[in-house]
Amino acid sequence: MQDLSLHILDIVENSIDAGATKIEIMINEAVAKNLLEISIKDNGKGMGAKTIKKILDPFYTTKTVRRVGLGLSLFAQTVREAQGKLKIISKPNKGTMVKAQMSYNHIDRKPLGNMCDTLMALIGTRSEDIDFFYHHKKDGKEFSFSTKEIRRYLGLRQLNHPEVLKFLRKEIKRCMPR
Amino acid sequence: MKKLKIGDLEKIREKVAKTRVLREGKARARVTVHMGTCGIAAGARDILTTLMSEIEKKKVTDVIITTSGCAGLCSREPMATVELVDKPPVKYVDLTPEKIKKIFAEHVLKGNIVKEYALAVGSETTH
Repeated sequence: MQDLSLHILDIVENSIDAGATKIEIMINEAVAKNLLEISIKDNGKGMGAKTIKKILDPFYTTKTVRRVGLGLSLFAQTVREAQGKLKIISKPNKGTMVKAQMSYNHIDRKPLGNMCDTLMALIGTRSEDIDFFYHHKKDGKEFSFSTKEIRRYLGLRQLNHPEVLKFLRKEIKRCMPR
Repeated sequence: MKKLKIGDLEKIREKVAKTRVLREGKARARVTVHMGTCGIAAGARDILTTLMSEIEKKKVTDVIITTSGCAGLCSREPMATVELVDKPPVKYVDLTPEKIKKIFAEHVLKGNIVKEYALAVGSETTH
């Protein structure tokens, strides 16, 4: 993975596969404190203690099309390279939270990358059955939105109409903390 | 805190309302981008955002873009499957934004399969 926004997309795809209907993505860039925090929380089917123990093993997966599960183990490696910590909290039928903390200024930390594209990929394809909540903080600047609120405001079941996509792409780019 | 401009949402609500009946009815085509870890690492997000840009530019309201997990052919990612109503699905492999633009214009909008980028026509079955 070239950047953190791709890892985030990959972890969110895990949440989608776990049947989540609500997914929260939180990013905190505390530059002055040399800290970057990323958390992805879902209300999917969750995991038991036995599965959590094996979840960072690249040769463990709950999926059936292939016998490797690289998503979380690649993210864990990326976090380790930036002298960070990865925490996974999960309970069966309650959901999962993946939380990473890493050194913001570490020379080996991957760039955050294009979060706008990651959000648009999720909103444009999955906002009908999943509510996405996004909160991004960078040194006092904050940006947040909820697809549930946008859908309710527009009176739409899904947000993949060309006019809506155009609006959201423009607005997310404008509001994203830099 | 920066917020989305709700006033602008108001402006587009009317435009959207005119076409939503069509959108929420039966789609003419569905494009599935495979978004397993392998697909994402190989560039599937760019394929997806390119497709969404084409939908925005051409104001297409009867094509559904969706995602699925790994299709089991990681070395040929990024991959996408195009399904037109009453036609067998076509799997495209080794995609780039330029290739998916051509597939969208030729196959999705005009119904002509782009043979040079296609892997197979039809669905896999397991016995």
